[in-house]
Amino acid sequence: MQELMKAKAKELLAGGIVQKVLAWKKGDFPQNPAPAFFADESQLDEMVYDKFCAANLAKFMVEAKKEDGKTLVFLRPCDTYSYNQLLKENRVSREKAYIIGVGCEGVVAVEEMQGTGLLERCRVCTKINHVIYDELIGAETVKRETDDAAARFDRVEEVEKMTSDERYAFWQNQLSKCIRCNACRNACPSCSCKKCVFDGDSYDTEQKANASSFEEQMFHIIRAYHVAGRCTDCGECARVCPQGIELNLLNRKFIKDINELYGEFQAGADIEALGPLTDFNIDQDPEPSSF
Amino acid sequence: MQVDFKPLVVAFCCNWCSYAGADLAGTSRLQYPAEVKIIKVPCSCRVNPLFVLRAFQKGADGVIICGCHPGDCHYSTGNYYTRRRITLLYSMLDFLGIEKGRTHLEWVSAAEGVKFATVMNKFVGQIHELGENKRLEDWRCKN
Repeated sequence: MQELMKAKAKELLAGGIVQKVLAWKKGDFPQNPAPAFFADESQLDEMVYDKFCAANLAKFMVEAKKEDGKTLVFLRPCDTYSYNQLLKENRVSREKAYIIGVGCEGVVAVEEMQGTGLLERCRVCTKINHVIYDELIGAETVKRETDDAAARFDRVEEVEKMTSDERYAFWQNQLSKCIRCNACRNACPSCSCKKCVFDGDSYDTEQKANASSFEEQMFHIIRAYHVAGRCTDCGECARVCPQGIELNLLNRKFIKDINELYGEFQAGADIEALGPLTDFNIDQDPEPSSF
Repeated sequence: MQVDFKPLVVAFCCNWCSYAGADLAGTSRLQYPAEVKIIKVPCSCRVNPLFVLRAFQKGADGVIICGCHPGDCHYSTGNYYTRRRITLLYSMLDFLGIEKGRTHLEWVSAAEGVKFATVMNKFVGQIHELGENKRLEDWRCKN
Protein backbone atom coordinates (compact mmCIF):
# COMPACT_ATOMS: atom_id res chain seq x y z
CA MET A 1 0.00 0.00 0.00
CA GLN A 2 2.91 2.31 0.78
CA GLU A 3 4.12 2.03 -2.83
CA LEU A 4 0.63 2.69 -4.17
CA MET A 5 0.43 5.81 -2.02
CA LYS A 6 3.85 7.03 -3.16
CA ALA A 7 2.94 6.46 -6.81
CA LYS A 8 -0.31 8.36 -6.37
CA ALA A 9 1.46 11.21 -4.59
CA LYS A 10 4.05 11.44 -7.36
CA GLU A 11 1.38 11.42 -10.02
CA LEU A 12 -0.62 14.20 -8.38
CA LEU A 13 2.48 16.30 -7.70
CA ALA A 14 3.72 15.89 -11.25
CA GLY A 15 0.29 16.69 -12.65
CA GLY A 16 0.24 19.91 -10.67
CA ILE A 17 -3.04 18.96 -9.05
CA VAL A 18 -1.53 19.34 -5.61
CA GLN A 19 1.30 21.61 -4.47
CA LYS A 20 2.26 19.63 -1.42
CA VAL A 21 1.87 16.23 0.11
CA LEU A 22 1.18 15.69 3.79
CA ALA A 23 2.21 12.24 4.93
CA TRP A 24 4.50 10.40 7.31
CA LYS A 25 8.26 10.57 6.96
CA LYS A 26 10.88 8.03 8.01
CA GLY A 27 12.15 8.78 11.49
CA ASP A 28 15.50 8.10 13.10
CA PHE A 29 14.19 4.69 14.09
CA PRO A 30 11.63 2.49 12.36
CA GLN A 31 9.19 3.01 15.22
CA ASN A 32 8.98 6.78 15.03
CA PRO A 33 7.86 8.10 11.69
CA ALA A 34 6.79 11.73 11.91
CA PRO A 35 4.31 13.85 9.97
CA ALA A 36 5.91 15.87 7.19
CA PHE A 37 5.06 18.03 4.19
CA PHE A 38 6.66 16.99 0.89
CA ALA A 39 6.87 19.64 -1.81
CA ASP A 40 9.06 17.77 -4.24
CA GLU A 41 8.84 14.38 -5.94
CA SER A 42 12.39 13.48 -4.99
CA GLN A 43 11.57 13.86 -1.30
CA LEU A 44 8.82 11.30 -1.57
CA ASP A 45 11.29 8.42 -1.21
CA GLU A 46 11.40 9.33 2.45
CA MET A 47 7.67 8.82 2.77
CA VAL A 48 6.53 5.85 4.77
CA TYR A 49 3.28 4.20 5.76
CA ASP A 50 3.32 1.28 8.13
CA LYS A 51 2.02 0.05 11.45
CA PHE A 52 4.08 2.66 13.31
CA CYS A 53 2.52 5.69 11.62
CA ALA A 54 0.57 6.83 14.61
CA ALA A 55 0.28 10.59 14.17
CA ASN A 56 -3.08 12.01 13.21
CA LEU A 57 -2.47 14.22 10.17
CA ALA A 58 -5.80 16.05 10.29
CA LYS A 59 -4.55 18.90 12.46
CA PHE A 60 -1.73 19.78 10.06
CA MET A 61 -4.35 20.63 7.48
CA VAL A 62 -5.04 23.79 9.48
CA GLU A 63 -1.68 24.98 8.14
CA ALA A 64 -2.59 23.91 4.62
CA LYS A 65 -5.53 26.32 4.69
CA LYS A 66 -3.10 29.24 4.65
CA GLU A 67 -1.13 27.93 1.67
CA ASP A 68 -1.82 28.49 -1.98
CA GLY A 69 -2.96 25.47 -3.91
CA LYS A 70 -4.06 22.06 -2.81
CA THR A 71 -2.44 19.77 -0.31
CA LEU A 72 -2.66 16.02 -0.67
CA VAL A 73 -3.29 14.34 2.64
CA PHE A 74 -3.52 10.69 3.59
CA LEU A 75 -6.16 10.03 6.21
CA ARG A 76 -7.06 6.82 7.97
CA PRO A 77 -10.70 6.27 8.95
CA CYS A 78 -10.28 7.72 12.44
CA ASP A 79 -8.39 10.72 11.05
CA THR A 80 -11.24 11.53 8.69
CA TYR A 81 -13.48 12.10 11.73
CA SER A 82 -10.95 14.59 13.09
CA TYR A 83 -10.77 16.27 9.70
CA ASN A 84 -14.55 16.45 9.46
CA GLN A 85 -14.74 18.05 12.88
CA LEU A 86 -12.16 20.67 11.85
CA LEU A 87 -14.08 21.25 8.65
CA LYS A 88 -17.27 21.77 10.61
CA GLU A 89 -15.49 24.40 12.70
CA ASN A 90 -14.15 26.03 9.56
CA ARG A 91 -10.55 25.45 10.61
CA VAL A 92 -9.61 23.68 7.39
CA SER A 93 -10.51 24.37 3.81
CA ARG A 94 -12.05 21.54 1.83
CA GLU A 95 -11.10 23.22 -1.47
CA LYS A 96 -7.45 23.20 -0.51
CA ALA A 97 -7.38 19.54 0.38
CA TYR A 98 -7.10 16.43 -1.75
CA ILE A 99 -7.96 13.63 0.63
CA ILE A 100 -6.93 10.07 0.02
CA GLY A 101 -8.45 7.66 2.49
CA VAL A 102 -6.03 4.89 3.32
CA GLY A 103 -6.60 1.54 4.93
CA CYS A 104 -5.48 0.89 8.46
CA GLU A 105 -4.85 -2.23 10.45
CA GLY A 106 -4.21 -0.48 13.70
CA VAL A 107 -1.10 1.19 15.06
CA VAL A 108 1.41 -0.79 17.06
CA ALA A 109 2.19 0.57 20.49
CA VAL A 110 5.91 1.32 20.61
CA GLU A 111 6.35 -0.11 24.08
CA GLU A 112 4.92 -3.40 22.82
CA MET A 113 7.11 -3.60 19.75
CA GLN A 114 8.15 -7.15 20.48
CA GLY A 115 4.60 -8.37 20.27
CA THR A 116 1.77 -7.26 18.08
CA GLY A 117 0.10 -5.17 20.75
CA LEU A 118 -1.89 -2.35 19.22
CA LEU A 119 -2.45 1.04 20.75
CA GLU A 120 -5.35 1.03 23.15
CA ARG A 121 -7.27 3.38 20.85
CA CYS A 122 -6.93 0.90 17.98
CA ARG A 123 -8.05 -2.06 20.03
CA VAL A 124 -11.34 -0.37 20.85
CA CYS A 125 -11.67 1.41 17.50
CA THR A 126 -15.21 2.05 16.33
CA LYS A 127 -14.40 4.26 13.36
CA ILE A 128 -14.20 1.73 10.57
CA ASN A 129 -15.24 3.78 7.53
CA HIS A 130 -13.86 6.93 5.98
CA VAL A 131 -16.36 9.75 6.37
CA ILE A 132 -14.70 12.15 3.94
CA TYR A 133 -12.37 11.48 1.00
CA ASP A 134 -11.66 12.16 -2.64
CA GLU A 135 -10.45 8.67 -3.30
CA LEU A 136 -9.54 5.55 -1.41
CA ILE A 137 -6.43 3.39 -1.44
CA GLY A 138 -6.52 -0.03 0.20
CA ALA A 139 -9.53 0.94 2.24
CA GLU A 140 -10.74 -2.65 2.30
CA THR A 141 -8.05 -3.49 4.83
CA VAL A 142 -9.92 -1.43 7.40
CA LYS A 143 -12.78 -3.83 7.51
CA ARG A 144 -11.33 -5.55 10.49
CA GLU A 145 -13.31 -6.88 13.38
CA THR A 146 -12.90 -4.86 16.53
CA ASP A 147 -14.05 -7.26 19.19
CA ASP A 148 -13.00 -4.95 21.94
CA ALA A 149 -15.06 -1.97 20.79
CA ALA A 150 -17.53 -2.58 23.57
CA ALA A 151 -14.68 -2.26 26.05
CA ARG A 152 -14.22 1.40 25.20
CA PHE A 153 -15.70 2.70 28.43
CA ASP A 154 -14.54 -0.13 30.72
CA ARG A 155 -11.71 1.87 32.19
CA VAL A 156 -13.95 4.90 32.80
CA GLU A 157 -16.43 2.68 34.58
CA GLU A 158 -13.66 1.19 36.67
CA VAL A 159 -12.70 4.64 37.92
CA GLU A 160 -16.34 5.65 38.39
CA LYS A 161 -16.82 2.67 40.71
CA MET A 162 -14.13 3.88 43.08
CA THR A 163 -15.07 6.00 46.08
CA SER A 164 -14.50 9.73 45.91
CA ASP A 165 -11.33 9.42 48.02
CA GLU A 166 -9.94 6.65 45.84
CA ARG A 167 -10.66 8.62 42.70
CA TYR A 168 -8.92 11.64 44.12
CA ALA A 169 -5.88 9.55 45.03
CA PHE A 170 -5.92 7.89 41.61
CA TRP A 171 -5.95 11.19 39.76
CA GLN A 172 -3.39 12.80 42.03
CA ASN A 173 -1.13 9.87 41.26
CA GLN A 174 -1.76 10.18 37.53
CA LEU A 175 -1.69 13.95 37.15
CA SER A 176 1.30 14.54 39.40
CA LYS A 177 3.36 12.90 36.67
CA CYS A 178 2.45 15.74 34.30
CA ILE A 179 5.41 17.87 33.26
CA ARG A 180 3.23 20.39 31.38
CA CYS A 181 5.00 19.75 28.11
CA ASN A 182 1.69 20.59 26.39
CA ALA A 183 2.11 17.66 24.01
CA CYS A 184 -1.49 16.56 24.63
CA ARG A 185 -2.73 19.99 23.73
CA ASN A 186 -0.53 20.35 20.67
CA ALA A 187 -1.28 16.93 19.25
CA CYS A 188 -5.04 17.13 19.72
CA PRO A 189 -6.80 17.74 16.41
CA SER A 190 -9.75 19.36 18.20
CA CYS A 191 -7.53 21.75 20.16
CA SER A 192 -6.91 24.21 17.37
CA CYS A 193 -7.39 27.68 18.85
CA LYS A 194 -4.89 30.23 17.62
CA LYS A 195 -4.64 31.76 21.03
CA CYS A 196 -4.87 29.20 23.79
CA VAL A 197 -6.19 30.08 27.20
CA PHE A 198 -3.13 28.42 28.73
CA ASP A 199 -0.76 30.72 26.87
CA GLY A 200 -1.85 33.75 28.86
CA ASP A 201 -0.82 34.35 32.45
CA SER A 202 -4.26 35.46 33.58
CA TYR A 203 -5.18 32.05 34.96
CA ASP A 204 -1.86 31.23 36.64
CA THR A 205 -1.40 28.26 34.38
CA GLU A 206 1.53 29.45 32.32
CA GLN A 207 3.68 26.97 30.48
CA LYS A 208 5.94 25.74 33.18
CA ALA A 209 6.30 22.79 35.47
CA ASN A 210 3.59 22.54 38.06
CA ALA A 211 3.86 24.49 41.23
CA SER A 212 0.89 22.90 42.90
CA SER A 213 -1.52 20.06 42.41
CA PHE A 214 -4.22 22.56 41.54
CA GLU A 215 -2.50 23.59 38.36
CA GLU A 216 -2.39 20.04 37.04
CA GLN A 217 -6.06 19.54 37.76
CA MET A 218 -6.97 22.88 36.26
CA PHE A 219 -4.99 22.22 33.11
CA HIS A 220 -6.33 18.76 32.54
CA ILE A 221 -9.95 19.52 33.39
CA ILE A 222 -9.96 22.51 31.08
CA ARG A 223 -8.04 20.74 28.33
CA ALA A 224 -10.56 17.93 28.32
CA TYR A 225 -13.50 20.29 28.75
CA HIS A 226 -12.55 22.46 25.80
CA VAL A 227 -12.85 19.49 23.48
CA ALA A 228 -15.96 18.02 25.13
CA GLY A 229 -18.52 17.29 22.46
CA ARG A 230 -15.87 17.83 19.79
CA CYS A 231 -13.45 15.09 20.76
CA THR A 232 -13.59 12.26 18.23
CA ASP A 233 -11.79 9.95 20.65
CA CYS A 234 -8.75 9.63 18.39
CA GLY A 235 -6.57 9.00 21.43
CA GLU A 236 -3.66 11.20 20.36
CA CYS A 237 -3.46 12.88 23.77
CA ALA A 238 -2.80 9.63 25.58
CA ARG A 239 -0.42 8.41 22.88
CA VAL A 240 1.84 11.46 22.88
CA CYS A 241 1.99 11.82 26.66
CA PRO A 242 5.64 11.21 27.59
CA GLN A 243 4.59 10.40 31.13
CA GLY A 244 2.02 7.81 30.13
CA ILE A 245 -0.92 9.54 31.79
CA GLU A 246 -4.25 8.04 30.77
CA LEU A 247 -5.45 11.33 29.37
CA ASN A 248 -8.14 10.01 27.09
CA LEU A 249 -9.89 8.72 30.19
CA LEU A 250 -10.97 12.32 30.84
CA ASN A 251 -12.18 12.76 27.27
CA ARG A 252 -13.98 9.42 27.34
CA LYS A 253 -15.71 10.40 30.56
CA PHE A 254 -17.19 13.37 28.73
CA ILE A 255 -18.12 11.21 25.76
CA LYS A 256 -19.73 8.64 28.05
CA ASP A 257 -21.69 11.34 29.90
CA ILE A 258 -22.84 12.88 26.64
CA ASN A 259 -23.90 9.51 25.26
CA GLU A 260 -25.80 8.64 28.39
CA LEU A 261 -27.44 11.99 29.05
CA TYR A 262 -28.00 13.48 25.63
CA GLY A 263 -28.01 10.51 23.29
CA GLU A 264 -25.28 8.77 21.32
CA PHE A 265 -22.98 11.23 19.64
CA GLN A 266 -19.85 10.73 17.57
CA ALA A 267 -18.02 13.96 16.87
CA GLY A 268 -16.99 14.36 13.26
CA ALA A 269 -19.45 11.81 11.93
CA ASP A 270 -21.95 14.33 10.66
CA ILE A 271 -20.85 17.74 9.54
CA GLU A 272 -24.35 19.22 9.78
CA ALA A 273 -25.23 17.94 13.26
CA LEU A 274 -25.18 20.32 16.21
CA GLY A 275 -22.64 19.43 18.88
CA PRO A 276 -24.06 18.28 22.20
CA LEU A 277 -22.92 21.45 23.97
CA THR A 278 -24.30 23.77 21.33
CA ASP A 279 -27.67 22.10 21.49
CA PHE A 280 -30.23 21.40 24.19
CA ASN A 281 -33.39 19.50 24.87
CA ILE A 282 -35.90 21.61 26.76
CA ASP A 283 -37.73 18.83 28.54
CA GLN A 284 -35.32 15.97 28.75
CA ASP A 285 -31.97 17.34 29.89
CA PRO A 286 -31.32 16.31 33.49
CA GLU A 287 -30.43 18.77 36.24
CA PRO A 288 -26.77 18.77 37.28
CA SER A 289 -27.32 18.67 41.01
CA SER A 290 -29.91 18.42 43.74
CA PHE A 291 -29.93 18.55 47.52
CA MET B 1 -4.97 24.60 64.51
CA GLN B 2 -8.33 25.45 63.16
CA VAL B 3 -10.92 26.51 65.66
CA ASP B 4 -13.66 28.07 63.63
CA PHE B 5 -14.23 27.10 60.03
CA LYS B 6 -15.65 30.01 58.12
CA PRO B 7 -16.39 28.81 54.62
CA LEU B 8 -16.25 30.97 51.56
CA VAL B 9 -19.07 30.28 49.14
CA VAL B 10 -19.19 31.89 45.73
CA ALA B 11 -22.63 32.29 44.18
CA PHE B 12 -22.89 33.20 40.52
CA CYS B 13 -26.29 34.83 40.10
CA CYS B 14 -27.86 35.84 36.84
CA ASN B 15 -28.81 39.48 36.55
CA TRP B 16 -32.44 38.93 35.66
CA CYS B 17 -33.77 36.30 38.04
CA SER B 18 -31.45 35.08 40.75
CA TYR B 19 -29.81 38.39 41.57
CA ALA B 20 -33.25 39.94 41.90
CA GLY B 21 -34.23 36.93 43.99
CA ALA B 22 -31.29 37.61 46.28
CA ASP B 23 -32.36 41.22 46.45
CA LEU B 24 -35.86 40.17 47.43
CA ALA B 25 -34.42 37.92 50.14
CA GLY B 26 -32.62 41.00 51.42
CA THR B 27 -35.54 43.38 51.32
CA SER B 28 -37.74 40.72 52.91
CA ARG B 29 -35.17 40.54 55.72
CA LEU B 30 -34.67 36.82 55.29
CA GLN B 31 -31.55 35.43 56.93
CA TYR B 32 -28.93 33.71 54.86
CA PRO B 33 -25.26 33.16 55.70
CA ALA B 34 -22.87 36.04 55.21
CA GLU B 35 -20.29 33.58 53.86
CA VAL B 36 -22.07 33.68 50.52
CA LYS B 37 -20.35 36.06 48.13
CA ILE B 38 -22.53 36.90 45.17
CA ILE B 39 -21.10 37.57 41.75
CA LYS B 40 -23.56 39.03 39.30
CA VAL B 41 -23.40 37.66 35.77
CA PRO B 42 -25.58 38.73 32.82
CA CYS B 43 -26.86 35.18 32.38
CA SER B 44 -26.05 31.86 34.01
CA CYS B 45 -24.55 30.75 30.72
CA ARG B 46 -21.94 33.50 31.15
CA VAL B 47 -20.35 31.24 33.74
CA ASN B 48 -17.36 29.78 32.02
CA PRO B 49 -16.29 26.45 33.58
CA LEU B 50 -12.98 28.19 34.20
CA PHE B 51 -14.76 30.63 36.53
CA VAL B 52 -15.79 27.75 38.74
CA LEU B 53 -12.27 26.34 38.90
CA ARG B 54 -10.88 29.82 39.37
CA ALA B 55 -13.17 30.38 42.35
CA PHE B 56 -11.91 27.19 43.95
CA GLN B 57 -8.35 28.23 43.20
CA LYS B 58 -8.87 31.55 44.91
CA GLY B 59 -10.02 29.83 48.06
CA ALA B 60 -13.73 29.14 47.67
CA ASP B 61 -15.02 26.11 49.57
CA GLY B 62 -18.14 25.82 47.49
CA VAL B 63 -19.52 27.21 44.26
CA ILE B 64 -23.21 27.62 43.47
CA ILE B 65 -24.63 28.83 40.20
CA CYS B 66 -28.11 30.37 40.15
CA GLY B 67 -30.08 31.15 37.04
CA CYS B 68 -33.60 31.66 35.77
CA HIS B 69 -35.88 28.65 35.68
CA PRO B 70 -35.76 26.72 32.40
CA GLY B 71 -38.06 28.54 30.02
CA ASP B 72 -37.69 31.87 31.81
CA CYS B 73 -34.28 32.91 30.53
CA HIS B 74 -34.10 36.60 29.62
CA TYR B 75 -32.19 35.54 26.53
CA SER B 76 -34.62 32.71 25.81
CA THR B 77 -32.19 29.80 25.78
CA GLY B 78 -29.12 30.69 27.85
CA ASN B 79 -29.90 28.50 30.81
CA TYR B 80 -30.47 25.42 28.65
CA TYR B 81 -26.84 25.66 27.56
CA THR B 82 -25.80 26.24 31.17
CA ARG B 83 -27.61 23.11 32.19
CA ARG B 84 -25.68 20.89 29.80
CA ARG B 85 -22.36 22.58 30.36
CA ILE B 86 -22.51 22.55 34.10
CA THR B 87 -23.81 18.99 34.22
CA LEU B 88 -20.69 17.88 32.39
CA LEU B 89 -18.38 20.04 34.49
CA TYR B 90 -19.78 18.85 37.82
CA SER B 91 -19.71 15.27 36.63
CA MET B 92 -16.05 15.69 35.68
CA LEU B 93 -15.17 17.25 39.04
CA ASP B 94 -16.83 14.28 40.70
CA PHE B 95 -14.85 11.97 38.43
CA LEU B 96 -11.64 13.60 39.63
CA GLY B 97 -12.62 12.98 43.23
CA ILE B 98 -13.77 16.47 44.19
CA GLU B 99 -16.63 16.20 46.68
CA LYS B 100 -19.95 16.48 44.88
CA GLY B 101 -21.43 18.67 47.62
CA ARG B 102 -19.10 21.54 46.84
CA THR B 103 -20.82 22.36 43.59
CA HIS B 104 -24.44 23.13 43.01
CA LEU B 105 -26.79 24.62 40.45
CA GLU B 106 -30.20 25.97 41.36
CA TRP B 107 -32.90 27.81 39.44
CA VAL B 108 -34.13 30.84 41.41
CA SER B 109 -36.61 33.31 39.99
CA ALA B 110 -36.92 36.98 40.90
CA ALA B 111 -39.98 36.22 43.02
CA GLU B 112 -38.30 33.45 44.99
CA GLY B 113 -36.58 35.35 47.79
CA VAL B 114 -37.53 32.62 50.22
CA LYS B 115 -36.13 29.93 47.98
CA PHE B 116 -32.88 31.87 47.62
CA ALA B 117 -32.43 32.09 51.37
CA THR B 118 -33.35 28.42 51.88
CA VAL B 119 -30.99 27.23 49.17
CA MET B 120 -28.10 29.30 50.52
CA ASN B 121 -28.70 28.07 54.08
CA LYS B 122 -28.76 24.49 52.88
CA PHE B 123 -25.71 24.85 50.69
CA VAL B 124 -23.60 26.60 53.30
CA GLY B 125 -24.66 23.95 55.83
CA GLN B 126 -23.46 21.31 53.39
CA ILE B 127 -20.11 23.09 53.01
CA HIS B 128 -19.79 23.27 56.80
CA GLU B 129 -20.13 19.50 56.89
CA LEU B 130 -17.58 18.99 54.12
CA GLY B 131 -15.09 21.33 55.73
CA GLU B 132 -12.30 23.20 54.06
CA ASN B 133 -11.67 22.72 50.37
CA LYS B 134 -8.42 20.76 50.27
CA ARG B 135 -8.72 19.01 46.94
CA LEU B 136 -9.01 21.97 44.62
CA GLU B 137 -6.94 24.52 46.42
CA ASP B 138 -3.98 26.45 45.15
CA TRP B 139 -1.65 27.22 48.01
CA ARG B 140 -0.05 30.02 46.02
CA CYS B 141 -3.32 31.91 46.27
CA LYS B 142 -3.70 31.39 50.01
CA ASN B 143 -2.89 34.18 52.43
